[in-house]
Amino acid sequence: MSATGFHELEEAPPRAMTSRIEGDLMEISMGPQHPSTHGVFRMNVSLDGEVVRKLKPVFGYLHRNHEKIGENTSYLGSMPYTDRLDYFCSMTNNWAYALSVEKLAGIEVPERAEYLRLILAELTRLQNHTSLLGFLLSDMGAWGTPLMYAFREREKILDLFESLSGSRMMCDYMRFGGCRVDAGPDWFARAQKIIDAFPRFLDEFEKLIVSNEILIARTQGVGKLSAELAINAGITGPMLRASGVNYDLRKVDGYGIYPRFKFRIPLGDHGDCYDRLMMRALEMRESLGILNQAMKEVPAGPTVNPKVKVRAFKPPVGEAYGRIEGPKGELGFYLISDGSANPYRYRVRPPSFINLTVLEDLCLGHTVADVMVILGSIDIVMGEVDR
Amino acid sequence: MESLEEIKTRAEAAVPGAKIEIVPNPGPANQPSLLLDHGHAHAVALFLRDDPALKLDHCSNVTGVDWLDRKTTKKVKVKKVVDGAEKEVEEPQEEFFPGYLEAVYHLFSMTLKHGPVIIRMRTADRAQRAPLPSLTPVWRSAEFQEREIFDLYGIKFDGHPDLRRILMWDEFEDFPMRKDYREPDDYEYEPTPHDDVLEKAKQHYAPRPQLDGAENITAAQQQ
Amino acid sequence: MSKQIDEGLRSELQKRGVWVTSTQELYNWGRKNSIWPLQFGLACCAIEMIATAASRYDLARFGGEVFRPSPRQADLMIVAGTVTKKMAPQIVRLYNQMPDPKYVISMGACAISGGPFKQGYNVLKGIDRYIPVDVYIPGCPPRPEALLHAFMELQRKIAGQKLTGDDKAAHLDREQPSEFPVPAFGAHDLEPPSNPAIFRPPQLERT
Repeated sequence: MSATGFHELEEAPPRAMTSRIEGDLMEISMGPQHPSTHGVFRMNVSLDGEVVRKLKPVFGYLHRNHEKIGENTSYLGSMPYTDRLDYFCSMTNNWAYALSVEKLAGIEVPERAEYLRLILAELTRLQNHTSLLGFLLSDMGAWGTPLMYAFREREKILDLFESLSGSRMMCDYMRFGGCRVDAGPDWFARAQKIIDAFPRFLDEFEKLIVSNEILIARTQGVGKLSAELAINAGITGPMLRASGVNYDLRKVDGYGIYPRFKFRIPLGDHGDCYDRLMMRALEMRESLGILNQAMKEVPAGPTVNPKVKVRAFKPPVGEAYGRIEGPKGELGFYLISDGSANPYRYRVRPPSFINLTVLEDLCLGHTVADVMVILGSIDIVMGEVDR
Repeated sequence: MESLEEIKTRAEAAVPGAKIEIVPNPGPANQPSLLLDHGHAHAVALFLRDDPALKLDHCSNVTGVDWLDRKTTKKVKVKKVVDGAEKEVEEPQEEFFPGYLEAVYHLFSMTLKHGPVIIRMRTADRAQRAPLPSLTPVWRSAEFQEREIFDLYGIKFDGHPDLRRILMWDEFEDFPMRKDYREPDDYEYEPTPHDDVLEKAKQHYAPRPQLDGAENITAAQQQ
Repeated sequence: MSKQIDEGLRSELQKRGVWVTSTQELYNWGRKNSIWPLQFGLACCAIEMIATAASRYDLARFGGEVFRPSPRQADLMIVAGTVTKKMAPQIVRLYNQMPDPKYVISMGACAISGGPFKQGYNVLKGIDRYIPVDVYIPGCPPRPEALLHAFMELQRKIAGQKLTGDDKAAHLDREQPSEFPVPAFGAHDLEPPSNPAIFRPPQLERT
């Protein structure tokens, strides 16, 4: 035994073992049904052994022609369809659409409705980031346990949504000029209890993540995204901020009543998967801060602008582009109105679709196992990608 | 951020030969746009992206729009002889606007945090694969979105690195988001159809053989 | 022949320590309490399916805990979400790869008949155009309790399946097909648009 402890071969190995094996690239098709629960997404991957040489994403397996339906439905009739775009975050989808229509028609929103919208949007962000962390960890092989913890918290927030709007996931809650239903004091009391209990769950969950050496080994240094590529490729949301670019629509556009609250924007240093993960964990803490500030000062008043016609709603001729900072990135709606009850052109700017532009760049040179981690850290939802 | 007129003047100065028009946007949103010509769109886009006062490095949204041929009637005052005396009479005059396809780009700036600046490009007509210059070499975020416009509207983008269908399957031949697209007849049974569903039902239950397409199940498809 | 065992006699014997059953009951009891679903979520209903399998509405207590990633090891395919025409051939292929006996639950309005997206050029108006479905769950999305109810309905159906006789279970009958033809992508639509052996909607007499 030598000093290193390994047996060293007494003679050189025969030539055949050291010559290079002639090979070819292996093409595999991952999806559209695969255990990583991001929905029906397919990737045509060319592998050299285990290393990715080329990756082409294929989607359209959930293309439900939402935009064509939008052209044949009235403005309000499209609101339930926006729930089904990013099916985790129906409240923020509704808000983005309501904001665009309010820009198109010049409608103002009363104070109480703005507060309700902000509180629900931040609750949506909390449950979206929690679910994402649960899914990402179970993709990495933790096989469901973090998902159970994450969904336990998510169920509590979904209970709040259900008691307010009548449905757990597809809330259809916002209207043009406000919200559909008012929330009573007992709803706020229950929400406050959940918000107070959340930091303890976050501490518990972060302990699972931050010092877990398997997670650190699998995510640090994997899938680095540079800031220049991120800006040029139109990446938005936590993925952009993990690469160090300070661009959050809540601060830049200042839509709603966000300018009244103090919150920080976490930024990442390296742009790898670990930063994207931690971005979500840190954003959850900031959301809790905003929620605590907002819950204290919700004013009384109407929840919807009384001047808005609900039936026969016909905005003036023109076009508008409205956008919000959804949990996955910049969600925008572009509407062209020709004065009738249906939009002439109804377009969704989906954050997940555009964030996928750089999937190939991030995965080149990494192994197949890293592909799932990178895909999980981008946070896609096929309902939004394919619309 | 400077106004759209100033941007237009500076862009026309920086890119000689460029013809830029301002398309007004009526309505409360106040988001007018710039219409670019095909030959200089790429150069103007580079100017918009790299100019230090604008720095529009974030192409947020690329949309395709289909405008059909439109006929508008205007009432025009015309001198005519009525009952022996010359009078000014209002007559309807028809105006014909030919249809075209359009690509609209919404640009913002991440470094200077302003926007939006909206630019548009229009095709000459509504042909099957009407060409437009691609702005993917300028902003990479347009890559998938221009592919989607090709898939759903049929606009061919010259200069796009990988132009093929993205949402529909490759053998599909129509361009579904066009206004004159007719859906295939895969009518779903409904017990009490009404309105446009009744129209579809009437077409479907018009003389058609009972076995709908069964003769197409050939041995080749039985996998 | 399958005469039912007299329940009074059965409970009498049980009190004396003798347990009487039939092959059919035993066979079906084993099958219905260990159904392995295929991990197959398409859209929003998939999230409710995951929520059913998660901590609050535990699906594990019904035996459906192990969601298999491979169709070769699964008994049940819960089609949860909108079925698009682009995805339909893959679904039929997955169904063909599942070994007998296999069941399909059509979860949500989209999988039953196209749902809210019925006026769609890419939406298949119901998965029962190409594969046979055992249980339908309406809803958009159906609550996790509805999925549990459907699971129990399926268990009741399995418990009632006969092993012999003219009306025996489909997987034991040599005449019944267990694989169905996969549709192909056409220029405008899938070819064929439905499988007439399976999809037989009632014909309306229009006067």
